[in-house]
Amino acid sequence: MERVELSVALRNNRSLKNKVESESGVVLSDCYQCGKCSAGCPAAFAMDYTPRQVIRLLQLGLGGEALKSHTPWLCASCQTCYSRCPREINLPRLMEAVRQEAKRRGIIPERKVDIFEKAFLDTVEKYGRAHEMGLMVQYNLRTLQPIKDALLAPPLLLKRKISPLPLKIKDIDSVKNIFAKVRNEGGSKQ
Amino acid sequence: MKYAYYPGCSLEATAKEYNLSAKLVAKKLGIELWEIPDWSCCGATAAHNRDYLLSLALPARNLAIAEKEGLDVAVPCAACFNRMRTAETAVRESRDMQKRISEILGSEYKATNKTRAFLDVVVNDVGLERIKEQVVKPLKGLKLAAYYGCLLVRPPKLTSFDDPEEPMTMDRLIEALDAEALSWSYKTECCGGSLSTARTDIGVKMIYQILRHARDAGAEGIVTACPLCLLNLDMRQAQAARVHSDQLNLPIFYFTELLGVALGYEPKDLGLDTHFVNPVPLLEANGL
Ligand code: SF4
Ligand code: SF4
Repeated sequence: MERVELSVALRNNRSLKNKVESESGVVLSDCYQCGKCSAGCPAAFAMDYTPRQVIRLLQLGLGGEALKSHTPWLCASCQTCYSRCPREINLPRLMEAVRQEAKRRGIIPERKVDIFEKAFLDTVEKYGRAHEMGLMVQYNLRTLQPIKDALLAPPLLLKRKISPLPLKIKDIDSVKNIFAKVRNEGGSKQ
Repeated sequence: MKYAYYPGCSLEATAKEYNLSAKLVAKKLGIELWEIPDWSCCGATAAHNRDYLLSLALPARNLAIAEKEGLDVAVPCAACFNRMRTAETAVRESRDMQKRISEILGSEYKATNKTRAFLDVVVNDVGLERIKEQVVKPLKGLKLAAYYGCLLVRPPKLTSFDDPEEPMTMDRLIEALDAEALSWSYKTECCGGSLSTARTDIGVKMIYQILRHARDAGAEGIVTACPLCLLNLDMRQAQAARVHSDQLNLPIFYFTELLGVALGYEPKDLGLDTHFVNPVPLLEANGL
């Protein structure tokens, strides 16, 4: 990272700060940077910034850096940090808000995660339930890796663990309505 | 003892045996389950990563159906349980949210009913004394690691029935069935959840740590209450071992499967023959 003038950065980043605060319900200044969240984070080894550092970036007005970080996309939502934080900071919710804002700006540092989730929700919208076989095929097609988890599909099929055909719920309209109304409310589900 | 029953998508697919065994033990223990008609997906991790409102409305659709029947909802899947608790709590705590969700659903939902983990129902509503009376095949000799993972016990404000760092509900059940519940330090570590699908390289590292710590504590098998945990620990076990140049042979059980065995069901009828790491030899070696 280049040298930055913090007071200017802080001013310029106020709107981003306000946005993730209002969407996550987290008050960034509540965090006193003790690091307990990151010490216990099971995915920290794979992250570029620790969860504590993501908060620090936002506190300092360096939100642009937080938006580019892989961390929010690799958060497994395990709730360990939230359960341990002495300030009760809902970090997983903050991670969601940051990645949603990143996505709105076209920043998607973890394509595979994004594609997987989109494929998942598309199936739910269409059938009312997640369909694992269809999901794997969709996911592999969209990530252009038809071989990867397809390797696991045959054994799953063999063990009768996934069915080749999706099951649609009867009142699918009620589920489609939920998706439509959330979209109308400005939801970020794309 | 009657509950609405929400199996969730995994229990119709990769976790069929969880569904099967949960229903069998419920029957034996006198738990009446009314499956929510035409239930839909809770949205899982994907929904809450993408849209908060969607992540509340999807589970609420199912909870609202059960509320009309005046029933609490028993949920075997730890992830669904967590999403449903999140939705009901958000609705209960805010009138504004209650109105928004009801509007999105197109029907009134007030969250007067509660979501219960099926594990909680079995251990705390039926009770260990009554379970012990019904055990016909004690699991004597089995050394097991109870693995809770994340969403069954965290965050404690939402899940509320056990301790987030040292939960004991499943351990107490294991002991009640006469098996040994080992003390180990990874019982609430994360298996990567659905991240393990998109980023398997990261997931297998998390999975391996859990498996290794269970084995090093002396476990012959791991017991879970979560389809995602089982899928990761069971289906990806071979890969996790290979990547770490280790050899592992740890059968992973749903607590309902072991409970079913102790209550007298045949392993095959409980779906125990559908796991990737075959648990049947371990059971047979112990005369089960
Ligand atoms: S544990 Fe809480 S207060 Fe401490 S650094 Fe993490 S978020 Fe901040
Ligand atoms: S919820 Fe996310 S950030 Fe928090 S400990 Fe778990 S993986 Fe790490």
